[in-house]
Amino acid sequence: MIKKPFFGLGKPKLRYAGISDLDGKQIRDLPLPARITLLHRSAGGPQDDPIVYPGEEVRTGQKLALYETGEEYLFSTATGTISGIADAQGYAGQSFLSITIDLKPKDRWDTELEKGVKDTSLEKLLPFISHLPGISDSCFHIGRDHPLKTVIINGLDQDLLVATNQLMVRDNADNLAQGVDFLKELTGAESVVFAVPPYLKSEAEKSGAQVRVIEPLYPNASPRLLVNEILNRPVPPWEDFKDLGVGLISPEGVLALRSAAMEGKVPVTKVITVIDKDYGLTPVRARIGTPVGDILQSLNINLSQGDRLVSGGPMQGRGIYSEDTPVLHDTDAIMVQDKSRMIAPGSDPCINCGECVRACPSRIPVNMLIRLLENGLYEEAAQEYDLLSCVECGLCSYVCVMRIPIFHYIMLGKHELALTGGQEE
Amino acid sequence: MANQKLLVSSHAPYWHNGSGLSERSYNIMIAALPAVIMGIFQYGPPALGVVALSISSAMIWELIMNLLMKRQVSIGDGNAALIGLLMAMLLPATTPWWTVILGTFLAVVVGKQIYGGIGCNPLNPTLVAIAMIFLSWKGLLDFDEALVNYDLGFYMVHPLAGLKYFGVSTVSNYSLGQLLMGQYAGAIGATFGLGLIAGGVYLILRNTIRWEIPVSFLAGVFVTALLFDVSDPEKYAGPLFHLLTGYTLMGAFFLATEDSSSPVNFIPMLIYGACAGFLTVLIRNIGSFVDGTVFAILLMNVASPLIDKIRPKALGRGIKNA
Repeated sequence: MIKKPFFGLGKPKLRYAGISDLDGKQIRDLPLPARITLLHRSAGGPQDDPIVYPGEEVRTGQKLALYETGEEYLFSTATGTISGIADAQGYAGQSFLSITIDLKPKDRWDTELEKGVKDTSLEKLLPFISHLPGISDSCFHIGRDHPLKTVIINGLDQDLLVATNQLMVRDNADNLAQGVDFLKELTGAESVVFAVPPYLKSEAEKSGAQVRVIEPLYPNASPRLLVNEILNRPVPPWEDFKDLGVGLISPEGVLALRSAAMEGKVPVTKVITVIDKDYGLTPVRARIGTPVGDILQSLNINLSQGDRLVSGGPMQGRGIYSEDTPVLHDTDAIMVQDKSRMIAPGSDPCINCGECVRACPSRIPVNMLIRLLENGLYEEAAQEYDLLSCVECGLCSYVCVMRIPIFHYIMLGKHELALTGGQEE
Repeated sequence: MANQKLLVSSHAPYWHNGSGLSERSYNIMIAALPAVIMGIFQYGPPALGVVALSISSAMIWELIMNLLMKRQVSIGDGNAALIGLLMAMLLPATTPWWTVILGTFLAVVVGKQIYGGIGCNPLNPTLVAIAMIFLSWKGLLDFDEALVNYDLGFYMVHPLAGLKYFGVSTVSNYSLGQLLMGQYAGAIGATFGLGLIAGGVYLILRNTIRWEIPVSFLAGVFVTALLFDVSDPEKYAGPLFHLLTGYTLMGAFFLATEDSSSPVNFIPMLIYGACAGFLTVLIRNIGSFVDGTVFAILLMNVASPLIDKIRPKALGRGIKNA
C-alpha cells in the first residue's frame, strides 16, 4: 500500500506499475482448467429461455446463438460439453447468463471464421469484436451508423499495479504494427493514436501510429481523461465515445483483431496481471472463462477465509465473492488482498478537510457531494454538485481522512439515477 | 462449490493512504506543543494547570455529549483534546478553573456537539467559546489585569492593549526578538511567535492544514496594517508588530485553518484568509476591541459556505452538450 508520505504538499502522486515492477517476469501460460464458465451480459428486460442446452458439444471459437430471437451470442473459448446454464448477477445488479463447459483435453477449432479469412470486411468481423479480449463495449464501438474518427490505443493500464497493456506493447511490436494497419483499414479512422508511458515510446513508434507519451501518474490513463488529453476536449461521462467518433482500445484488443482477421482465429486467452498478497505482480495468460481459483492455485497463492478477491486493480477493481468467478475478456488483473491489509471504512461524517477536492481529477466538490449522497439526494447531487462528472478513479476514497466510502456512494448515486431515468442534466 | 471460502467484499478502492482523524488531531497538537511548553515555562504551574484542565474537561464534555446523544464515543479521535488545547493556548495563565470548564463546555457542547458533532460545526468551536467568555467577562481576557502579579523581567504590558491605550509609542518597548520569543504579557500559547511559526510550517509541510489559509491570512494582516501605517504612522503601528502580537499567528495557523468552518477551494481559501486578516487589523485599529482576530475569523467562518461556492467548473460542465 502506498502510504501518505511524511511530508507532502497537495495531491497524492500515485504512479502506475511499470514494466520494471514485474522484476523481469515473462508472461506465464497457464494450463487449461477442467471447466470454464462463460458469462453473457443480458440485454436487460425479460428474456426467452436460452436455446443452448446442457450436454451440447461445443468447439473452440464456436459461435453460440443464445436465444431464438435477437442477435445475442457467445463464443466458446474452449472445446467441451456444456454442463450447466444459470443466471448470475454481477456488479450493480447486472444480470448475466452463465454457461459452464466441462473441457476436453484437446482443443478442436471451429472453422467458421477461418473460412472467411482474407475477407476482412467489417460485417464479417462485427459479431466477433465485442467478444475479443481487451475490447470493452463501452469504449470501442464500431458500426456503420457510428464511424470512428479517432482510435486511441491505451498502452497504459487503467489501474495501479496492473501491467497487462504495457506488456503487450513491449512484447508485440511487429504484430501491433500489422494490427494498427488493419485497424485503420477496418474502421476508416482518420487517426490512430497510441498512448504510452515514456519508457515504451520506442516500441510504440514501431507500430506506425501517432504516439502520445502520457505521464504514468494515476489517473491519467482513465479512459475519459485520456481522451480529454488527446483530443484536447473534455469528455464528460454523459457523452458516449461513439457519439464523438472516438474508440478506445487496448493493445491486446488490437492484437486480437489482427489475429481474428489474419489467422481466422478468435483469440481465446487473456493476459492478466495477478497481484498477490504482497503486491507482487505476475503476468499470466489464461483461457477466458478460467475460474479465478484455478489461476491462484497454479501460482500457489493461498486464499483463506476473510481475504479479499478483486477483479481488477486496487483503485477500481470489483469485488469477487467466489473463487469460481471466471476471467472475462476484459479482466486485466486479479488482486488478492490479505485480511490484515484491509482498511475498514469509517462511519463518521465528513470533516471538510478538502483532501478529496484537491485529489479529484474532475474538479468535483466532493465535500459537498458526499453530504447529499449520504442523504440519498441523488438528483440534487447531479444538478448542483456534478455527480455525473465523476470519472470513477477512486482517489477521493483513497485520501479520505474519515475513510468514508465516497466512491461507493458515488457509484450508488449514479446507479440509482440511472434506474430512475435521471440521466439528463 | 461445497467448501466455499467466505471472502470479504466491498467497493473499490481497496487502498487507503493511511490518513486518519486521530493522526490529524495529534499532528496539530504536536505542532502546538512548542508554544505551549514555552507558555508553561514562562508562567509556571498555573499555566500547566489551565492547559491540563482545559484538555481534560473538553474530553469529558465530549464524552458526556456522546453518552447523552447515544452516539459512538469519539474522544479517541483527539478532536476534543485539540479543542481543549487550543482553548488553553488562548487563555491567560491565571484563568480561574470555572472559566476553563465553562469555556470547554461552550466550545465542545455549544460550538460543536449541538450542531451534530465533528464536521458539522459552522464556526470554530474554540473561538465560539473565547468570544462568549470575552464578551461576558471582559476582565478575564484582559491580559494586563489577569497577569498583574507576574513579573517575568520583561515589559509586562500586552502589546495590543498598550497600542490601544498608549498609542504607537508603545511599539518601541518591544524588540522584534522579544516578540518572536514571546517576551511580553499574553495568553499561554499565543505569544511564542517562533514556536507558532515552526508549528505552522510543520503542519503545512505535513499537509495537515492548507497553506493557502495561513499565507493569505498573514498577507491580509500585513497589507492592511501596512496601509494603515503608511496613511498615518503617528497613529497606527507597523505591519510586523501586528503580525507578531495578539492572536495573529495562532489565528493564522491553528484557528482559521479549522477544517469544518473554512473553505476548501483554492480561490475561496485565499479570499477567506485575506478577509480574515483584513478584518483583524480593521478591528484592532478602528474597532473598540484590543484584538480582532477572534471576531474576524468567526465572521469569515460564517461567510465560508458562501465563498466556497466559487469553484472551478467540473469536468464537462460549461461545454455545450451534444
